[in-house]
Amino acid sequence: MTDSTLPGHQPTDRWAYWQALDSGRLLLLAAAAMLVTAGLAGAALGAHSRGNFPWPIALAFGGFIALGEVLRLALPGGREAAPIAMVGGMSYALLTDVQGKHLYHQSALVVIAVSATGMAVGALPHIAAGRSAGITGMCTRLVAVACVAFIFQPIAPRPGPPPSWQPEFAVTVLLVFFGWLVDTIVGALIRADDVGARFSVAIWDEMRLQWPLGLAVGASVIITVFGAQVMGLAELGVFLGPLLVTQVAFRRYAGIRATYLQTVRSLARVTEVAGYVERGHSHRVSRLAVAIGRSLGMAEPELLALEYGALMHDIGQLSLRDPIPGGATVLVSPADQDRIAELGADVIRQAGVLDEVADLVRCQSWPATGHDPAPPLSSMIIRAANAFDDMVGSSTDRDRSAAALERMRLDPVEYDSGVVAALAEVAGRRVASRL
Amino acid sequence: MVSRVAWLFIGLVVVVTALLVASASMVGPVWPAHFIHPVRALIVLQLLFLICDSARTPFAGRQAEWSPSSSATLAAVVLLGPVPAAMVGAVSVISMRGQLRLAERLFNGSMHGLSGLAAGEAYLAVHKALRSSLPMQPVLGMPNRHDFPGIIVPFAAAAVVHVLANHSLIWGVYRLDRGRGMLRREAVESSLPLLLVSDLGYASLGLVVASLWAVMGWFAAALVVVPLFVARWAMGQFAEQQRAYSATMNALCQAVETKDYYTRGHGDRVSRGAVMIARRIGMSPDRIEAIRYAGMLHDVGKLGVPTQVLQKTGPLTEDEYAAIQLHPMRGLEIVREIGFLYEALNGIMHHHERIDGRGYPMGLAGHEIPEFARIIAVADAFDSMTTTRSYREAKTLDQAIGQLREGAGSQFDPLLVQAFMVALGEEKWPFAELAGEPSDLAIVTVQDHDDPTAPLRVVIP
Repeated sequence: MTDSTLPGHQPTDRWAYWQALDSGRLLLLAAAAMLVTAGLAGAALGAHSRGNFPWPIALAFGGFIALGEVLRLALPGGREAAPIAMVGGMSYALLTDVQGKHLYHQSALVVIAVSATGMAVGALPHIAAGRSAGITGMCTRLVAVACVAFIFQPIAPRPGPPPSWQPEFAVTVLLVFFGWLVDTIVGALIRADDVGARFSVAIWDEMRLQWPLGLAVGASVIITVFGAQVMGLAELGVFLGPLLVTQVAFRRYAGIRATYLQTVRSLARVTEVAGYVERGHSHRVSRLAVAIGRSLGMAEPELLALEYGALMHDIGQLSLRDPIPGGATVLVSPADQDRIAELGADVIRQAGVLDEVADLVRCQSWPATGHDPAPPLSSMIIRAANAFDDMVGSSTDRDRSAAALERMRLDPVEYDSGVVAALAEVAGRRVASRL
Repeated sequence: MVSRVAWLFIGLVVVVTALLVASASMVGPVWPAHFIHPVRALIVLQLLFLICDSARTPFAGRQAEWSPSSSATLAAVVLLGPVPAAMVGAVSVISMRGQLRLAERLFNGSMHGLSGLAAGEAYLAVHKALRSSLPMQPVLGMPNRHDFPGIIVPFAAAAVVHVLANHSLIWGVYRLDRGRGMLRREAVESSLPLLLVSDLGYASLGLVVASLWAVMGWFAAALVVVPLFVARWAMGQFAEQQRAYSATMNALCQAVETKDYYTRGHGDRVSRGAVMIARRIGMSPDRIEAIRYAGMLHDVGKLGVPTQVLQKTGPLTEDEYAAIQLHPMRGLEIVREIGFLYEALNGIMHHHERIDGRGYPMGLAGHEIPEFARIIAVADAFDSMTTTRSYREAKTLDQAIGQLREGAGSQFDPLLVQAFMVALGEEKWPFAELAGEPSDLAIVTVQDHDDPTAPLRVVIP
């Protein structure tokens, strides 16, 4: 058996890396490249003229950042974070005193040079293992660290015994928050470009998802900055233990989220294996539905429910004794459609944790107008995506797709016109990307 | 109830702890001389301990817990000394976890007290041994920058002693209280490396608290609570997602089975049987979790077998037989993209192989067959035999065991059959109950491919 016979494995044309560069990512890469150049040049000149550059501190933090990059963390939604690298970079930017050794005139350029070097070294194992180098993520982190370093440099406390720790603490808290904000906003910009979401939606998605990790990173930066005054560089080793434990907790959480999605994706295919629906149907419907939902400005939790609903929208057919010819629910009577939807919703409700998804599946057979109560937007999306795929299937024929869209447009009672408009846009994009 | 021996052990630990703490406070001063407001610090650390204690999170199949509370005790070791460290640990008697029994509270209090005391003494002893190489400083109290990195060795010794004391006392009480144990011994033992690492990781946080104390006083304790709670939040989310996952998996598997009247609940029972065997042969919790899902999903590929074949009364044609033989591959095709199921995939694909090599789909023999598949094969056949079929009544437990014995060495792995029989003697088997009559919608399997007593009849061309 070859992979190409498997549903869900349709060959998708991948764009070459440079072709996938959009304006946002290009801007970020350019900014990072400028920072790195300036940082390396500035640090080289500065170190040369000063002579007493604190090499051990730079090496320790650079190593810490490299380790953090090696131990990257996959977060839900295909995101990647490097919390330990972020702790290293931000603490190095905010460091003023290491066991009495003052760093008050540490240049922001040095911070950038050390962080960039650490990140580059940390990316090497990923490249060696054949994984993506994660350049976008590194650039985002570097820009965040650079912003913090540039702001902190002029306001860093002057030499001399500090009157009390509170003012410095307040400044550190504010700057850490600022750094998190930069990281999140840049991340949201890139993501909005990548998946075709609206920026206003992407930014809230990003914040909602990132704040717990951001909180842990922020507190860890503060602990590192103040702890270093007493513990010196030994702290990086001592504090690594708790940081790793926190990271393990996140890894497990992200892992089970990914497994959950994979499992629903896979098990949704039982209807295909059993011959109830055409191969690849649920996968295509879910991709279409998520793309429509995204272009209509739905947030990520809603999109997840929509994806689950779209994947399992035909699960009710399992309760039918014999498959519908061709599996196309669009061709059977409304009463049968209602029954399949109800049966599917019952199956999903059995789980006890996906009631929202069950409701989406139940309402998928309701017409867009004239039904009381009105179906939720997600159900209308599933209905439209399902109908479109039943008519077009895996074909990439433009005429066929245009005919299907025309038929749906002419039926505003059945299909919501806003959803169909979004579907037309998404389907156009889909065909274009395959040419 | 806690067994009598366990009570004795708990009493012993309580008395020993009390005596040791009393003698330690008799021998020297309880508080370090240079520490201002030591009682206030003690109370803050006790609060930190209680907060950490309430933030403990289950892992490894909810049979062990990790708790960051050792960081509070070890901070007390550095800041205040052995006796106050024991007092910090002892507050676990009034732990905010409500469901604890009195025996557990007493034991936890004295165990954490004793570990704190031992860690404190170890810290002082190693300090003394190393003193010649260290600048003369008061040993206890807030560490300052001249203490580093010299303080790390004594602290590491204290952390190791603390973790060892803790684990050996817990291990002791589980050994003695096995029947009603708070955790399963084998689960603790197999997750021990993970527990030790996380405990040492959190123990090192104690030194961070102590050092930050020198900069910002009690606020240090408040600051370290933040990452701890985020980690706890993540673990909580993990547990919640895992529950949701398992429920969803169950629902989907039921949906797959619901079509076939006589095999409803088959996946669930096979999964339980496989877990019984896996526990008996001492599999690690992670693998047990995987085999649970493998058992649940092992027949998912049967959906790909046309309904007419499943319902056929007469002998099967060669093509029909091939369709049935293909179902493990079909199952694999459905679940192969589920990332964590690596080993489970083998179990699903090969669950109809036979030890003598006459099974399908690959005809593997003996230990070529993956362990998961050998386990599922036993549970699968057993459930098939003990469930009613359209062509026969359910067999009794003894009849089914007899059949398994007969097949041991030819169809089944004898060691696993043995393990299953022992497990069946200890745990109740969830016999299938058929609800009502087959409805119109349901399919009635006429030839069960799992049934070793009634092999599929194939037309010989």
